[in-house]
Formats: sequence, structure tokens, C-alpha cells
Amino acid sequence: MNPELGLLALILAFCMALLQGTIPLAGSFIGKLRWMAMARTLAFGQFVFVLLSFMCLVYAFVGDDFSVAYVANNSNTLLPLQYKITATWGGHEGSLLLWILVLTGWTQAVAMFSYRLPHELAARVLSVLGLVSVGFLLFILLTSNPFTRILPFPPLDGNDLNPLLQDFGMIIHPPMLYMGYVGFAVAFAFAIAALLEGKMDTAWARWARPWTTVAWCFLTLGIALGSWWAYYELGWGGWWFWDPVENASLMPWLVGTALMHSLAVTEKRGLFKSWTLLLAIFTFSLSLFGTFLVRSGVLTSVHAFASDPERGLFILVYLVVVVGASLALFAVKAPEVRSRIHFAALSRETFLLLNNILLTIAAATVLLGTLFPLVLDALELGMISVGPPYFNTIFVPLSMLLALCLGIGVLLNWKESLASWLWLQVRWIVAVSVAGGFTFSLLYGDSFLISEALAIGLVLWIVLTIVRDIYNKTRHKTRHKGLWQGMRKLRASYYGMQLAHLGLAVTIIGVAISTGYTVQKDVRMTPGDMARLGDYVFRFDSIERRQGPNYQSDYGTLTVFRDQKQIARLNPEKRLYQVQNMAMTEAAIDPRLTRDLYVALGENLGDGSWAIRLHVKPFVRFIWLGSLFMALGGFIAIADRRYRLRVKKRKPLSDTRTDDAEGVEGMKGMKGMKDVKGVTP
Amino acid sequence: MKRWPLIPLVLFLVLSLLFYRALFQENKTDIPSALINKPLPEFRLSTVLNPGRIVTEKDIQGQVFLLNIWGSWCVACRVEHPYLMELAEQGVTIYGVNYKDGQDDARQWLKRMDDPYVLSVADKEGRLGIDLGVYGAPETFLIDHEGRIRYKHIGVVDERVWREELQPRYRELQKGAG
Repeated sequence: MNPELGLLALILAFCMALLQGTIPLAGSFIGKLRWMAMARTLAFGQFVFVLLSFMCLVYAFVGDDFSVAYVANNSNTLLPLQYKITATWGGHEGSLLLWILVLTGWTQAVAMFSYRLPHELAARVLSVLGLVSVGFLLFILLTSNPFTRILPFPPLDGNDLNPLLQDFGMIIHPPMLYMGYVGFAVAFAFAIAALLEGKMDTAWARWARPWTTVAWCFLTLGIALGSWWAYYELGWGGWWFWDPVENASLMPWLVGTALMHSLAVTEKRGLFKSWTLLLAIFTFSLSLFGTFLVRSGVLTSVHAFASDPERGLFILVYLVVVVGASLALFAVKAPEVRSRIHFAALSRETFLLLNNILLTIAAATVLLGTLFPLVLDALELGMISVGPPYFNTIFVPLSMLLALCLGIGVLLNWKESLASWLWLQVRWIVAVSVAGGFTFSLLYGDSFLISEALAIGLVLWIVLTIVRDIYNKTRHKTRHKGLWQGMRKLRASYYGMQLAHLGLAVTIIGVAISTGYTVQKDVRMTPGDMARLGDYVFRFDSIERRQGPNYQSDYGTLTVFRDQKQIARLNPEKRLYQVQNMAMTEAAIDPRLTRDLYVALGENLGDGSWAIRLHVKPFVRFIWLGSLFMALGGFIAIADRRYRLRVKKRKPLSDTRTDDAEGVEGMKGMKGMKDVKGVTP
Repeated sequence: MKRWPLIPLVLFLVLSLLFYRALFQENKTDIPSALINKPLPEFRLSTVLNPGRIVTEKDIQGQVFLLNIWGSWCVACRVEHPYLMELAEQGVTIYGVNYKDGQDDARQWLKRMDDPYVLSVADKEGRLGIDLGVYGAPETFLIDHEGRIRYKHIGVVDERVWREELQPRYRELQKGAG
């Protein structure tokens, strides 16, 4: 009964989505308040039914109901309980259901926090989300029903979950990623609503902004988790493969980052309106596109679900309808929302525009690289392969330019700045960054690497411009009350922004140093052998056979010494998952903030000796630490008072912090001081 | 000037056409390679596990076999690998072309994950790959006993691909040869 209940709930949710996608929208055009008000109730109902359906599927997994085909394909009685639960989204059907659950969850959140919005806008946003949901529910109901039964002869035991996915990182990676992907649907819905209305003002940008930022934070976390997972689970010590599906998550992230920055300009200065709308559409389209790539089998990748042309065609049609309709709407309506405010060449606007251009080029580069095989094949030129070299060649310089612009953009004023002023601000920073970069590269490691010098120089550049900016913002206040008082006057959104920017610097440190100075060695070791790598000595102590819940493992033990002192004990494993007969390498890692010791067990070479791969990876943690900073920065930014104001209606305005005059001051900090009366003493 | 908002739409539609084509490309039964029924291109390459041994296309002719393009850098190859092992155990002859790879990495890969290949030639610069019209890894060619390319599959070979695309042709060729 349980699976049927789940299916029924899905069908009901579909009906509600259909109503939600049409009635409030119609109501918003003919001015029927009741019709518009239905959106919230329907959103709630839809969420509840999808949740119910999802729970039914989880229940089927936990209860080992192998009469359900999806459960039989992705679980096994021996699978540990936590993985039985996460196996719910371990395959195509279940992960699609999770996607829909997240979408309805977001919709519900919008319904709850949109009471301050004009009725028409709220109704349209919810309706657009309803329409997005209609497509996905139809998709799951028509092509990917997770509740299909194998009757009358259900298998006695299941096929087991892919061992690659039996891991902690995989438990939270997909939900985080989907929170991000789907979260951009909200920004998209806001954009469509604005286009329908034909009006877009700074208030609109302020409403759309926190949603975009939250989605972006989740996506950042999701991508970082995926990369972390690849690092320790795939056993090669790499953290990014430029795999099509990784690219599919990176593209919305890049464009989403551009969108966040462009929204800032739209909110503060009323500029870039059409561009912001276009980016909102692009960001969500790229999320959908990612879905298409993963689930259609157009490109092969480690993430690919069983490919099925019927599903691929459905998503393609859906993609064409959603994106095509949005872009057509944009083509018709966009000119109406263009703005005519001017700004000087040396201004924060210009550098945010540069940021947008660079990020868009980066996204386009990744898109091109990902689709290159398809394009070449279409042109019958199938002889060039695109791999990491292509991506690195283009991506690294773009990132460096971006870091350079970041520093200048942070310091500049809105509207206009003087070049001479800027030079006064940065001349020491430039000198210190250049000198610091070169000194670092000369002193660290064995040889001078120009790429490392550049990267570290840029890191210094970002950090110092941030410090300089905080100093500028607090200076005139510190005269009387001290630095601490001055810093307290800065807004949460300002700190959020700077933390996220600092996160970028931290990630650059991680990428640059771990790429430049990683040492590795493949050795043949018998228990008792020692191997030296850098400053470390690895001793291979023993290896033994162990039995896990659903796998057999060769369990190695190594002790690591530095300067004669024992510093770590590592247990790399080689597991054989018995149901799928698949071997997995479980690397052992001794993590420290500034270096990872990474040991992966190879194969048995006979006569008691084993192939072992040893890595010392300096600063590799910084890659993920930086992502954490970025996400945290985003969360802090949306905790800003001005966003809370629209949720809690009657919050007293007794806050002592500098307020932002409507649409001029805020997230991008106190830089627009000249524009705001009363701030400059 | 008022036309510019149309540009994204047009670009997107072109892209969609491309996707549509790609979607059915893989499932078409005719083969997206101009090399079908042509002999294997000439090559002189060392093998991965024994760099001293030079192999040419003549050395591996005379049987029906699969030629699999792989690289340790290729994540999808990792996915494909266990199934190739299975095929090798079933007695299917598989030769490997190690494509644009670091030789230490490649050797390490074969040692760690087992070796389904009779041998793998090291196509370090990707010249053989170009001659074969490879656009990425993994790709798998079906070669007949006269050394002609008879079929090409792009992407991971899994059970479905083997059953539906490769096995019928493989059997037929073996019959023809035998």
C-alpha cells in the first residue's frame, strides 16, 4: 500500500501545482485578490504532499521493500541504515523526487516570507514556481516513477547502492546542491514576474536578492562538498576533474555569482536592470541544463544516471519550453525595463560590470568546453578532445583578472572615483602584494614558480584591499570611539561580503599551493618498510583482512613520523563491495590546516608487498575552507537588518547603525558615503 | 538597437537544436565515424606496462576484438572499468589505447584497478587518437579479424551498450571469421 500512497500523493501534488501555476497568475491580471491568495494555500498543500510522497519512498527503503523496483535497484538488506535512507536519492527517480521536494520547499518558504510583497508580485512569483514544478512532476510521473513495483515476483534482495555513494559526503552533497540549483528558481520566478509586470525597481531587487544569495550559498556548499568527496573517495588525490557534471554545477554558480553582484548594482543604483533579469533567467536555465546533461546521457560522466533517450527528450522539451518562453518574454519586454543612469568609467559600477563580464565569459568557456564534443561532432570535425588543459588555460587567467578587479571594485565609490585617490589608496598594497608574491615563491618550496608568485600576490592584494576598505570605513569614527566602535557600525551585509571575498582569497591559496607544491610517490612496500616523502617518513606497519557490513576490506596501517616523532597513524583501505563486486579505494588522510597526508592503498603485488601511493598536499584544506567562508559570508549578508524588515513587519527602528537610504547604501558597504547625507561627519 | 534582447533567444534555440541532435546521436544505429569499414590506422607505439616493447597495428590483427580508448585522467573510464573487467573475464578480447596520459599514472591505474586489456599501447601525444577520430575517452571500437573498424561506441560501455550494440555485432563477426 505504501508505494501506492506515495504515488497518489505525487499525483495530488501535481494537480495542486497545476492550479498554483494558473489561477493566481490569472488572478494577478484580472485583479482578483482571492485567486491570488490561493497561491499560498496551494504551495503549502503541494509541499505537504510531495513530502508525504518522499517519506513513503524513504519508508520503502528502510523497510527493504524490494517489490519496489527503485528500491531493489539501489538498496540491499546488508546496507547500513543511514545509507538506506540516503539511497533514496542515490538513483535517477529518487533524486528527481528530492529535487521536487526541494523545489516545493523553496516555494513554501517564498509563500511564508512574501507577505510584504505586493499581491500581484507574490502571486506571480508563486505561480511561476508552480509552473516549474508542474514540469518536473509531469516528468517524474510520466517517465521516472520511483514507486513502480516488480510484481508478482519481487527479488529477494536488492542490487545494493553504488559503493561510490556509500559515504558521508554523498549523504549531504545532493541535497545541498539541489538547494542551490532549485533556489535559483526563486530568482528566476522573480525575474519572470518582473517581466510580466514590465516594471522593475530597486525594491524588486531588494526582494529578489536574499533568495538569490541563499541559493548561491547552498550551491557553493554543494559544489565544495562534491569536490571534497571526489578528493577522498576517488582515491587519486584530485579535487576537480572538469567532468561534465561538475561543470554543470559550476556554470550556474558562476552565473549566479554574477547575478548576485549585478543585483547589488540594481538595488543600489537602479542600473543593469535588463542584464540582471537575463542573468536570473540564465542561472536557472543552466541549473535545468545541468539536469538535462546528467539525466539524458548526452555526455558521459561519473555522475551519469542510467541514460534513457525518452527522459532526455522530455527534459529537452521542458528546457525549450521554460527557457525559450522566458527568453521570448525577455525579448519582448526587456526594453521596457532599461535604465538611463550614468556612471563614470572609474567607479564601482564599472568594476562590477567587469566582474559580470569575466564571470559570464568563464561560464561560457566552461559551457563551450563541456559542449565541445557535441559541437565538433555536429560540424563533423570530431578530432579535438577537450580536457583539463583547456579549462585551466582559460580559467586560471580569468580568475586572476577577477581577483584583480575585486580589489579595485571593493575600494571604489559608486558613481565616480578619482584615479589619483585610488592610486593613493593602493600604491602600498600593490608594492606589498608584488613583493610578497615573489618572496613567497622564492622561499617556499624548491624552485621559483611564477604562477605561485602571481597567485600569492593576488591573495595579498585581495586581503589588503579588504583591510584597507574596513580601515577607510571606520577611520573617521575611530577618532573618537576607537576602531571597535567603528567596526560595530558597519552592517552585517558588509561583513558578509568581505568574508565571502576573503573566502575567494583563501580558496586561491589552497588551489595555488596545493597545485604547485604537492609531492607524491608511488612505492612498493612490505610491512615494516619505510618510505620518505618530503619531511615525512611513512612506515607500513601491517595489513589485514576485515569484514565490513557489506564489503570485505584490506585494512592497512601506516605510521607517519616527522623528525623522529610519530605524528599520525593512517588506515587506508581497499574494499570489495560484494553485491556489485566493485573494488573501492578508501584513502586515509591525516588532515591539518596547512597540509594533508594522503595515503591510498594500491594492489597486492604478491610476496606480501603492496603498491602504496603517498601524497603530501600542502594547504589543500584551504580550497574548501574558502568555500565555507564564501557560503558563510552569504548567510551573514542576508541576516542584514534591511532584509529582515520585510519579514517582521513591526520591528522597532531604534537600530543605531547607519541606515541605508533607499536603494543607495548597503551590501556593498559604506562606499557610497558621499551619496548618503549624514554619514560623513 | 532594440533587437538585442532577441540574441539570447536565438542562441538558445541553436543550442537546443544541437542537444536534440546529440540526444539521438548516441542512439542511432549508424555510426558517427568516417572510419567505419576502413582498416585500423597505422601506428608504432610502446605498450604501457612494457615501454620497451613496440607494437604496430599488424601485431594485433587477425582476431575480432574491442579497442578501448582510455586514460587515467578520465573519470568516466573509471566507471566503465569494472564492466570491461567482466567482459575480459568472459573471454572478450580487449586492447587498450592509453590516450594522452602520464605513463606513471597509467601504469598505476592498471596495477591498482586490474587490467582488462591484452595490452595497452601508449598514445602519449594522441596521434593515434586523431587518426581514429577520437574526441574523448572512453570510446570503444569493434575491429574485425581483417583489422577493419566495424563499429564505434562513444562513451561508457555498460551492460546495456554491450547487449544492445556491441555483442550482436561481435558475435556476427566471430561467426564470419570462424
